[in-house]
Amino acid sequence: MSTTIIYLAYLLAASLFILGIKGMTKPRTAVRGNQLSAIGMLIAVVVTLFDQHILSYEWILAGLVIGAVIGGVMAVKIQVTSMPQMVALLNGFGGGASLFIALANFVDPESATHVVALISIAATVLIGAVTLSGSLIAFAKLQELMSGNPIRVPGNKVINAALLIAAVVLSVLVVTEPANHDYIYILVAVSLALGIFLVVPIGGADMPVVIALLNSYSGIAAATTGFITGNTVLIVSGSLVGASGIILTQIMCKAMNRSLVNVLFGVMGEGGETIDADEVYAGKVKASSPEEVAMLLETAERVVIVPGYGLAMAQAQHAVRDLANLLQERGAEVKYAIHPVAGRMPGHMNVLLAEAEVPYDQLVEMDEINPQFEQTDVAIVIGANDVTNPMAREDKTSPIYGMPILNVDKARTVVVVKRSLSPGFAGLPNPLFAKDNTLMLFGDGKKAIVELTQNLKDAD
Amino acid sequence: MDLLLLLTLFVVAVFLGVELITKVPPTLHTPLMSGSNAISGISLVGALLAAGSGAGWWVNVLGFIAVVLATINVVGGYLVTNRMLAMFKRK
Repeated sequence: MSTTIIYLAYLLAASLFILGIKGMTKPRTAVRGNQLSAIGMLIAVVVTLFDQHILSYEWILAGLVIGAVIGGVMAVKIQVTSMPQMVALLNGFGGGASLFIALANFVDPESATHVVALISIAATVLIGAVTLSGSLIAFAKLQELMSGNPIRVPGNKVINAALLIAAVVLSVLVVTEPANHDYIYILVAVSLALGIFLVVPIGGADMPVVIALLNSYSGIAAATTGFITGNTVLIVSGSLVGASGIILTQIMCKAMNRSLVNVLFGVMGEGGETIDADEVYAGKVKASSPEEVAMLLETAERVVIVPGYGLAMAQAQHAVRDLANLLQERGAEVKYAIHPVAGRMPGHMNVLLAEAEVPYDQLVEMDEINPQFEQTDVAIVIGANDVTNPMAREDKTSPIYGMPILNVDKARTVVVVKRSLSPGFAGLPNPLFAKDNTLMLFGDGKKAIVELTQNLKDAD
Repeated sequence: MDLLLLLTLFVVAVFLGVELITKVPPTLHTPLMSGSNAISGISLVGALLAAGSGAGWWVNVLGFIAVVLATINVVGGYLVTNRMLAMFKRK
């Protein structure tokens, strides 16, 4: 097939990717958008198979079959609660693919000829390897194969800086002395180590930022791969993904009041002084019962449900939807308040609630719902801890100070469904639990909601 | 191809990406992330060229690994995105 036809097909594929992302701007067109993008991918792959530079198909076929089976099984088997670790793993594979393409091009004496190709190869190896190992660590943390807490490595900043400098020096050597293959393999090792040291210190609460950032890296790695051989479709698609990841990273940083620079250099979750939980809660926490809360809900006209990751873990999303339906049948207005970092990746809570068939027009974003809490009769907080902690607004010494939160404490009554007074990801006590207008409903999220619904039904 | 032209393409695509992404509502951020991640599996194109180049055993093996990883990314990414989006569409 002639180069012209191949490049026109790449242009078509790139256009389909753009239209695909455009479709993602509305829930109604999103499915079609994703399909358009997949068709674009198919066109790009099929037309590439006709490229005259491809001489043998054995390796290709074997690779395609193995990859398709693994990817297909993963996508079908994965639980919706485990979506973040799946995406983290796929990000890693994307970065890994770019890494191996760069290595293959480097070893191929016909590919790595000019300086631009060599610079692109070094850049791809660095970014691809960091994405690969960083994503694997993120996956291990989310899957709880390793502790999700921030792990303090002594001298982490120094190690990161040393690894980064070593990587830059090695990249220069790769470009200036391409005949020596040792440098690129050392570069791979150093970059893999850099990815590990960047993500290990980051705690579970900050994972949304990390996943968004790794998403961006995987795109940038694909784009730099395109510069090796001057492949336009790789450059366009890679930069689209790179831009998407950076924007999402920024949104997440804003939602958590973190600076992007701190994320990039792995400085996160700096703990302040430990606050004594007993002092915050002493004698002020009021425990309630499903009967009592049901009575409150009987007369409530406006109810806001505040879901957190705890809800998903308890598989309580269906129970919550049943309660919401019952409340609506009784004439109450029900909304869900969604914090941007509720769940474990951007927008994760929306997907979890969508799985339980909660209509998406009932999901209200933080900025829109916050002014409405003062007119809310009952706010029900389920498994959301840090995103409702008033310390973020009031206590300047608190490590989460400045993080935008859901102002549930402004509601007339707050009901917190929680197993115990244990702290969330940020490891802080929540003064919300001790407020005069707060009732604690201790117990398993799902069981408590089911009992609540039953009591409300019996009241009729 | 001319490096400057490729750089232009890169920069324009980044701006286009920023424009597109800022319009995506937070509800769809998770599917967007897995969908855009599937798009980054476009590196499969580069992987195919390396795996089938016939430029020596080692090049083909490296290309083969790249094909496997990129295909997992593409197939897994699109399928899982479709699964998530189907939940939003159901109503």
